Amino acid sequence: MAQAETITPVAADLPEMAAAFEGEFPIRVRGIRNVFGEHVIHDGLDLDVRKGEIIGVVGGSGTGKSVLMRTIIGLQTPESGDVEVLGQSITDARDDADIDIRSRWGVLFQGGALFSTLTVAENVEVPLREFYPEISNELRHEIARYKVLLSGLPAEATSKYPSELSGGMRKRAGLARALSLDPELLFLDEPTAGLDPIGAAAFDQLIMQLQQTLGLTVFLITHDLDTLYEICDRVAVIADRKVIAVGTIPELLALDHPWIQEYFNGPRGRAAQDSQARHDAVRADVEGQNAPPQNSPATGEA
Amino acid sequence: MRALTDFQLTPGSGDQGAVLAFSGPMTVSSLGPTDRNLRDFDDSLTKIDVSAVTVMDTVGAWTVWRLSRDTGAEIIGCKAGPQKLIDAISKADSNAHSIRAPRLPLFQRVPEHVGDVMIGLGRGFLQVIGFLGQIILSVGTLARHPSRFRIKALVHQMELVGVNSLAIIGLMSFLVGIVIAQQGAVQLRQFGAEIYTVNLVGRLTLRELGVLMTAIMVAGRSGSAFAAQLGTMKLTEEVDAMRTIGVSPMEALVVPRILATMIMMPLLGFYSAFLGIVGGAFLSTATLGIPFFTFLARIQEVVPLHDVWVGLTKAPVFGLIVALAGCYQGMQVKNNAEEVGARTTAAVVMAIFTVIVLDAFFAIFFTEIGWG
Repeated sequence: MAQAETITPVAADLPEMAAAFEGEFPIRVRGIRNVFGEHVIHDGLDLDVRKGEIIGVVGGSGTGKSVLMRTIIGLQTPESGDVEVLGQSITDARDDADIDIRSRWGVLFQGGALFSTLTVAENVEVPLREFYPEISNELRHEIARYKVLLSGLPAEATSKYPSELSGGMRKRAGLARALSLDPELLFLDEPTAGLDPIGAAAFDQLIMQLQQTLGLTVFLITHDLDTLYEICDRVAVIADRKVIAVGTIPELLALDHPWIQEYFNGPRGRAAQDSQARHDAVRADVEGQNAPPQNSPATGEA
Repeated sequence: MRALTDFQLTPGSGDQGAVLAFSGPMTVSSLGPTDRNLRDFDDSLTKIDVSAVTVMDTVGAWTVWRLSRDTGAEIIGCKAGPQKLIDAISKADSNAHSIRAPRLPLFQRVPEHVGDVMIGLGRGFLQVIGFLGQIILSVGTLARHPSRFRIKALVHQMELVGVNSLAIIGLMSFLVGIVIAQQGAVQLRQFGAEIYTVNLVGRLTLRELGVLMTAIMVAGRSGSAFAAQLGTMKLTEEVDAMRTIGVSPMEALVVPRILATMIMMPLLGFYSAFLGIVGGAFLSTATLGIPFFTFLARIQEVVPLHDVWVGLTKAPVFGLIVALAGCYQGMQVKNNAEEVGARTTAAVVMAIFTVIVLDAFFAIFFTEIGWG
């Protein structure tokens, strides 16, 4: 019998890493108040995001969806209120160095926000270099390459500069960078805005697939009703400077708030409901299950 | 200490192949050092055992997948979650593409770059002439349709270029006036000709330094601003948007900036010369014993009027060059933010260099026509 050798690498001077978050709510927002000049954006806003869910955030233009996201990730200091992410307070952090959970979240900004002087793959490598300098170049290049492919970009895109990409491809590249550290939390600001319907549907599927395989918690700002129906576990509605309701879409539809009714039962809302109903029916057929009759939403006409 | 991935290698014997067993976490934070050990590892494996792995993320899945791909080993003991990841990763595999932008080898790149620079210089020169032609055409169009002229933009630019730079240009000129008077006096004292300090300060500031220093300051303040503003507008497609609305960027953006600079330069140049003289007079009062107003009165006697004209003739030309360089470089920006910086630098360097070269020509020209 040959001998077995055990090799234990040395972790002498590597900084300590926090264990994965075990609590129930990776994001807790309490009584946030954001004011720009005279304009009050948020006043007493509360929100809890559950571990492992995709939460969609909706609201009219200018209701402060992006501001909420920026507050949660510490880019915007609220006038008052508390934000806790992965069990750590963001609002109590005195400077950026205090927030040491940055290696555990990924953020996709609206325009992609790629570093324009780096290629797509080099963009993906930036967080890896920053947080895990011990990773060899070879492995880092490989990681960058598969992340780019995993975000649905073609292999040729790895060596292209952001200016050589279309808007949709830039979003995918931004997603690849957001995912580069295998984060526990993913923030997406309008990921499907400006994509063609096929691209948007593929992006939805991609996010859902990644969320299922990686067990992510996703905070998703969107105006895309199809995205809401397709992938969101719960939806938070921002209006009147706070989150007025959080729940599944049927739960929201049961509420009697004029904006929510208008949003989900407007012409676009209904079209999305119908397409979702058809989609579910087709999927049930394909899977060959005895699908229960589609409980079409309260006002659906399909 | 951070938890790292351990692995155990059981060498093969008989018909049993080697088995590599991983244990502990296989994540981005734990695999860095382990991966180095795995790289120089070329044994043939038949099995990779991941049953003792506690958590696996995509980096772990990639490592397992890469080993299995390279050695043909079978992955065993994989739970459902990690299996999903490995399946997803295996579809995203590609080693074919470099992650850097394609680059030629050095011995090809250097000659190519030199060639590009030379051709770029030639083409750039032609393009600047072309740009100047476009400006002149736009001015011609505006002359025929005066209602389209943007008077507000012009006044705004005049404020930015001229009024807002009064303080810094004034201070700079005052100090330079002091330096000229002081250094001049030291030299002239050796000949007992201290009184000629007045001639020195007066002629130098009015004829050369006032306008030249102003041009350099305006190139640094406004030429760079023009390049950066227009460059950013190009990047954010504002310039394209203007064009589609039917607003000519030449008329709306470039002409007001060029005209404002050309109008403000003679005024600023004269102002600068004036403050230089005041600086000289101030120093003379303090150290040479020439009273302040005597100094100013002497200026009128010793400085010929054509010196003023020399300065004032050069000023709008320098203004044109500074603004042209800024606007031209700004309008050439494309692709990315780095280029805005490069073009802004190019605008300032081009403006200052051209201004100094032209100043040398002017100096000889005016002397030849008898305005020595």
